[in-house]
Amino acid sequence: MKAAEFDYIRADSVAAACAALAAAGPGEERKIIAGGQTLVPLMAMRLARPALLVDIDGIPGLDGIEARDSYVAIGAMTRQRAAELSPAVRDAVPLLARALRFVGHVQTRNRGTVGGSLVHGDPSAEIPLAAVALDAELEAEATGGKRTYAAASFFEGPMVTAIAPDECLVEARFPVWNGGRIGAGFQEVASRRGDFAIVAAAAQVALDGGGTCTRIAAALGGVAPGPVRIAALEDALAGTRLEDGAIDAALASVGGAIEPDDDLHATAAYRGRVAEVLLGRAIREARDEARA
Amino acid sequence: MTARDISLTVNGEIRRANVMPRMTLVDLLRDVLGLTGTHIGCEHGVCGACSILLDGVPVRSCLIFAVQADGHEVTTVEGLADGDGEIGDLQDAFWECHAMQCGYCTPGMLIAGHALLAENPAPDTGEIREAISGNLCRCTGYTQIVEAIALCAARRREGEG
Ligand code: FES
Ligand code: FES
Repeated sequence: MKAAEFDYIRADSVAAACAALAAAGPGEERKIIAGGQTLVPLMAMRLARPALLVDIDGIPGLDGIEARDSYVAIGAMTRQRAAELSPAVRDAVPLLARALRFVGHVQTRNRGTVGGSLVHGDPSAEIPLAAVALDAELEAEATGGKRTYAAASFFEGPMVTAIAPDECLVEARFPVWNGGRIGAGFQEVASRRGDFAIVAAAAQVALDGGGTCTRIAAALGGVAPGPVRIAALEDALAGTRLEDGAIDAALASVGGAIEPDDDLHATAAYRGRVAEVLLGRAIREARDEARA
Repeated sequence: MTARDISLTVNGEIRRANVMPRMTLVDLLRDVLGLTGTHIGCEHGVCGACSILLDGVPVRSCLIFAVQADGHEVTTVEGLADGDGEIGDLQDAFWECHAMQCGYCTPGMLIAGHALLAENPAPDTGEIREAISGNLCRCTGYTQIVEAIALCAARRREGEG
């Protein structure tokens, strides 16, 4: 399977990339290519047929990881592997570091970018799940100016995100949790290691000196059109010591928060059951890491 | 649609070509540059048969358009052989452990194994399995491939020690 014909330009600045996108004729699809690890398969299968690809690889300043006061900023072009190995990500955004290990295989992480995974919004992708769990902010640029999206409202449906056709994602900002001991957990079930998750679960917790949970984020992927936060469970567990009994009881709220579908890989009932089990494991993993 | 002139370093040599944007890097390597060691399986990033090193790290050459590789450095399985045309030590270990049957996955497995040993000279079995987890083999059951990579690693460590 080969991609249909298209034209290709390399942009040397974000402004040039945005100008190229904005110049699209009526009905003409122009797309940014970053690492291409989601887009090229879609093009090979002819699920995407852009007339023009705007390559943003090599735009100065679009990759890199920077720890600022309250968040870690990750340039859209940052390779997933670079983020996975980054001490700043590991220390300050442990949930993202964990999630990254589950993204594809090392060969695709070497090429695939953090931004590319976010803008495509695959419903079972790990980076969008971590972004929703941690309330990341996504900054996009267009010829008219900049816009900041909240991850919570960015993922609109399977492979549909809020980014406009003339916008280029430039940066994702993952909040840093200060105070207390932080732990993260990430669990998923896939047919093969590195394949798309059937269900994925993410949790990050903060414990105070006495072991009481002062903050918790819990989210699931693969069980709704986009990643979902399980707010009722977070409310139930904040202020507890995250004992197993409390976690098990709180998991009862998962069913009401998700809308799993049947597909070739798994039934909705299976996904619902697995979602509860995996989220329980992810919370325990996060708790044990924070306690250690 | 306009063809573009590109220039890239392949196995240490500068190669130039005039390609349409839709041509994948693996098609450039095989069909234009005649380097048929790199295999094509699925053509959409699932099997790993097309693995190469791009700027020193393993990637799938079916998921990169040749125009994107303009100005970059590629190493294919041909580049893993010693300069005199003899197979390299990792390839030798594959031969010795019977780590291939049909050979379809072998170039990708060699690239994956080579990249692993470059960053981790003493991988355990779990790390080897993780490193080749993106490469499908329909013949061997993987066991001998894991053994071959471990054997090569052990020999390199002995050689140095
Ligand atoms: S041919 Fe590239 S991954 Fe299968
Ligand atoms: S030896 Fe046949 S696919 Fe691996």
